[in-house]
Amino acid sequence: METSEWIEKFVLIVILFLVTLGIAAYLTYFERKVAAWFQDRIGPDRAGPFGILQPLADGGKLFFKEDFIPFAAEKWLFILGPGIAMFTALMTGAVIPWSTDLVLFGQEIALQVADVNIGILFIMGFLSIGVYGIMIGGWASNNKYSLFSAIRASSQMISYELAMGIVVITIVMMSGSLSLRDITNAQHGMNWNVFYQPVAFIVFFVCALAETNRAPFDLPECESELIGGYHTEYGSMKMGFYLFAEYVSLFTSSVVIAVLFFGGYNFPGMDYFEGNTLALLGLGALFLKTFFFVFVFMWIRWTLPRFRFDQLMHLGWKSLIPISLINMLITGIVTAFNEGWF
Amino acid sequence: MTMQSLSNRKKVVSKKEMTFMERIYLPAIFGGMWITFKHLFRKNNTLKYPEETREFAPVYRGQHVLKRDEEGRENCTACGLCAVACPAEAITMVAGERERGEENLYREEKYAEVYEINMLRCIFCGLCEEACPKEAIFLTDRIVPSNFERDGFVYGKDKLVESMDDRIDITKRQHTGKRGVI
Repeated sequence: METSEWIEKFVLIVILFLVTLGIAAYLTYFERKVAAWFQDRIGPDRAGPFGILQPLADGGKLFFKEDFIPFAAEKWLFILGPGIAMFTALMTGAVIPWSTDLVLFGQEIALQVADVNIGILFIMGFLSIGVYGIMIGGWASNNKYSLFSAIRASSQMISYELAMGIVVITIVMMSGSLSLRDITNAQHGMNWNVFYQPVAFIVFFVCALAETNRAPFDLPECESELIGGYHTEYGSMKMGFYLFAEYVSLFTSSVVIAVLFFGGYNFPGMDYFEGNTLALLGLGALFLKTFFFVFVFMWIRWTLPRFRFDQLMHLGWKSLIPISLINMLITGIVTAFNEGWF
Repeated sequence: MTMQSLSNRKKVVSKKEMTFMERIYLPAIFGGMWITFKHLFRKNNTLKYPEETREFAPVYRGQHVLKRDEEGRENCTACGLCAVACPAEAITMVAGERERGEENLYREEKYAEVYEINMLRCIFCGLCEEACPKEAIFLTDRIVPSNFERDGFVYGKDKLVESMDDRIDITKRQHTGKRGVI
């Protein structure tokens, strides 16, 4: 790679990192506001105008808390847990194609950190590693509630990853590529996957809820049974990392949904634009879709009560996996038919 | 033999299988989301407390006041009826005799040298106010502030008797008006 390319990628990574963290911080604020609106309240409004400095106040508070490690905890794993959770949550952003190429200083800059040809596989891989953050943290705490939570989290994430993976296979069949850039380009204009694969979208959405441990699948951290779940023993910024990682993965999974099913940076009427205008509009379109899904995630959280654990397993294994398998089968047959195999 | 229901309100637990529509959850989920969505546009009832305060009911019973009449003389004659009426034994007083030259301070020949209410004992029932024949004590819409010391809650005359510069409005309380303007 040339020096300019190094610089370009480095700048892109730094921007992506900061933007993801900033968005995650403000999602905590947004979540509290949305919850308040759904419950006929106002929400945080004390720190700054409309409370927009609330995330800074929360972060500052977490930094100044005592960084406590329980006596009986496995010290290094206890520290490693939140780190892994944060790392895996942030890594998924690397393969997302944020928009079409941007021309700056006479150079074409791809708004994608790494256009790997197995992009979606990379995301699935990091999703599965993501469970380690919770598992290690829950186990290292040496607390029975944390351990219960870790067991729940791992079984839940493994069960829902299956259905998710099968759904991803159907999408890959549609576009014939594992690269997220190709998957996005195959949905040019309004040719979005959701119109061809509505069932796959619903299954993927439900799985995404379960993978991000959000209501109604927030069993790993249900307050009423497990105190706080895997982060019961955590405090200070380590606790902050876990909470933060949850919002980062909320953001990234919304992006992934937008990319896989809602055309990513494609928008109707995109043929009338070109160059940098198209790139910026595409970026705006992707963010619009993403924030819509973030809102839907929150909407669901403040509407539905938590599942029971057996219902969760029942839904995952006996409903979502058969549905996604049948869906994959039909998609396969139709694809083969279109390709002229019969 | 089954027990006969007396209230006719008992419900038999239903263990019926869920129908297909119920089992796919989605109609119920969308129904629930519609309900929460409607709440987005509803007016909230939040009161931004330190800036806005809720209006007290006219009969609200808060911190007591010992009233003066329109010439600034204390109404209280230390008869002790309030202390007797008090169910919480919160009121205590020492009576004194009015000296010559103190006619502008005390309305009648007898007055309270010491008058103390223990705000920690007081249950704000308003019986002292009801017992008072001289319209001297009233409960107001002021809140007793918090304090770090127990002793700080024993309010003497310095805190209870109103000053003529800053008279306490008790028009909402029951009174006959015989003892001057409020």
